[in-house]
Amino acid sequence: MRDRTTDLAIEASGLVKIFGENRAVDGLDLTVRAGTVYGVLGPNGAGKTTAVKMLATLLRPDGGEARVFGHDVLREADAVRGRVSLTGQYASVDEEMTGMENLVLLGRLLGHKKPAAKDRAMALLDAFGLTEAAGRQVKTYSGGMRRRLDIAASILNTPDLLFLDEPTTGLDPRSRNQVWDIIRIVVAHGTTVLLTTQYLEEADRLAGRIAVVDHGRVIAEGTPGELKSSVGSGSVHVRLRDAAQRPEAERVLARELNTQVHLEADPVALTTRVPGEDADAGAERAARALAALAASGIVVDDFSLGQPSLDEVFLALTNHPATDQNTQEEAA
Amino acid sequence: MSATTTESGTAFVPAADTLGAVLAPGARPPRPSALSASLTFGWRAMLKIKHVPEQLFDVTAFPIMMTLMFTYLFGGALAGSPTEYLQYLLPGIMVTSVVMITMYTGVEVNKDIEKGVFDRFRTLPIWRPSTMVGYLLGDAFRYTMASTVILVVGLVLGFRPQGGVAGVLAAIALLVAFSFAFSWIWTMFGLLLRSEKSVMGISMLVLFPLTFLSNVYVDPQTMPGWLQAFVGVNPISHLVSAVRSLMAGSPDTGEIFWVLVSGAASIVVFGALTMRLYNRK
Repeated sequence: MRDRTTDLAIEASGLVKIFGENRAVDGLDLTVRAGTVYGVLGPNGAGKTTAVKMLATLLRPDGGEARVFGHDVLREADAVRGRVSLTGQYASVDEEMTGMENLVLLGRLLGHKKPAAKDRAMALLDAFGLTEAAGRQVKTYSGGMRRRLDIAASILNTPDLLFLDEPTTGLDPRSRNQVWDIIRIVVAHGTTVLLTTQYLEEADRLAGRIAVVDHGRVIAEGTPGELKSSVGSGSVHVRLRDAAQRPEAERVLARELNTQVHLEADPVALTTRVPGEDADAGAERAARALAALAASGIVVDDFSLGQPSLDEVFLALTNHPATDQNTQEEAA
Repeated sequence: MSATTTESGTAFVPAADTLGAVLAPGARPPRPSALSASLTFGWRAMLKIKHVPEQLFDVTAFPIMMTLMFTYLFGGALAGSPTEYLQYLLPGIMVTSVVMITMYTGVEVNKDIEKGVFDRFRTLPIWRPSTMVGYLLGDAFRYTMASTVILVVGLVLGFRPQGGVAGVLAAIALLVAFSFAFSWIWTMFGLLLRSEKSVMGISMLVLFPLTFLSNVYVDPQTMPGWLQAFVGVNPISHLVSAVRSLMAGSPDTGEIFWVLVSGAASIVVFGALTMRLYNRK
């Protein structure tokens, strides 16, 4: 790593936060290069929000240390606050106030004079497609609009580092795509983004590097590609004609590929990772496994060979699925 | 309304050029001063009153009720007639009502702290206490309003202060200033306790003895010795004496000084505790 000190947006080592008996963050290390999107991926309760709050100076770490652009989050909290902004998991805007009032309030708190704060608020509302809703109380906004206002508030003074804590949780697909587009544009203008998410697809789409977090610590780190190849060359999805043949199919696949086979909720579907150094070797093995299924008299209706999803990465790393809680319902 | 919400929610397509224009790093203004940040949060409190005017109920209806109730309940028995009793009671009932409504500060803080917007305020590079000072500035407006309402009701019922306009204004100013200082105890509880209900509970536990075990309703000479001792050190008694003396046109400097000192002490002690909790939250 060249230019270590100037180049890093976040350096955290051994961060710990304990709430009573619960070690919410338990020795977390994180290194984020400036100008990139960094994904922190983990299930609910993995300690993502707690970690972000410590990095954003909202919570005091119980152990370890963290620097943001070289400033210690404890000793130089004010310097850190001058360079970061945070869009929390629950919209960090005032429900009872209008969109315009929210932005003018923040503009004033960031030191703009009233006319300048108003101009800035109007420009932001326009850029985020909220001009029509400017005079309405935020509680009348849809989830997507609220999230956009929230991000607009976060870039009122363009921050050097933007924390986005689960920015798309609870949003419909179209609003989610809007948020993704916004994030890409923000990063293209030089802001570093630390994104937490429990959606594997989201981290895969946006982040240059990903840390997989579980029980308050990083259990894997790398580019999305590196994480995938650490698991294997790919995975094979098989659909059988007859559910009764699934136990037999599971046995054959496990033997041929020498891996654990995952039984899908769909009673005729199975998924398994394909071990192999590269995609070609994997494809060859998968073909042989399918032939073995046919030889055992098992009727395969459909099969596909694909890159492992981050879901599979998570399963492989932790032995439990990433999304094991009803988080979507809760957010909606 | 929901139709327009969905429409403008889906029609939006983030455009690289318009977004890019607002992202272009302009010159950052210098940080706001402590006063400016506090006044901005005060403005926020006023906006909330504008959007939820129902919250003014407790600074209008409640004081009117208190004044009418106690004037006619005790007036005949204690002073011969309600009008005569009112000359004694009004300054005290004004103090009681305003001190009682200070507890909503704690409730409001407690309600807000759970919301994400607090996290945003706490990541801003501003003078840390300004958020809390802003609440209290908004509340000072409410206290002034409650005092005015009670004064008007009193004047209608026959209250005739000897201190004239100047005396009454000075009395209200002292009351509002003390309540501002006293409210820091509620910002502390608002941050300390888990729910609105527990904030209300504690507030009642503190406020009932403070306001009733005082010289608001009757002359302390009629009370047993141990109670007189408590009434004597109760800051509310001193506040009532000071406000009465100002309204009567014969300012008691000793009592006024006592009120100012206890107000300052409240800011120092509870202000410090509030900020400690705020920074730890």
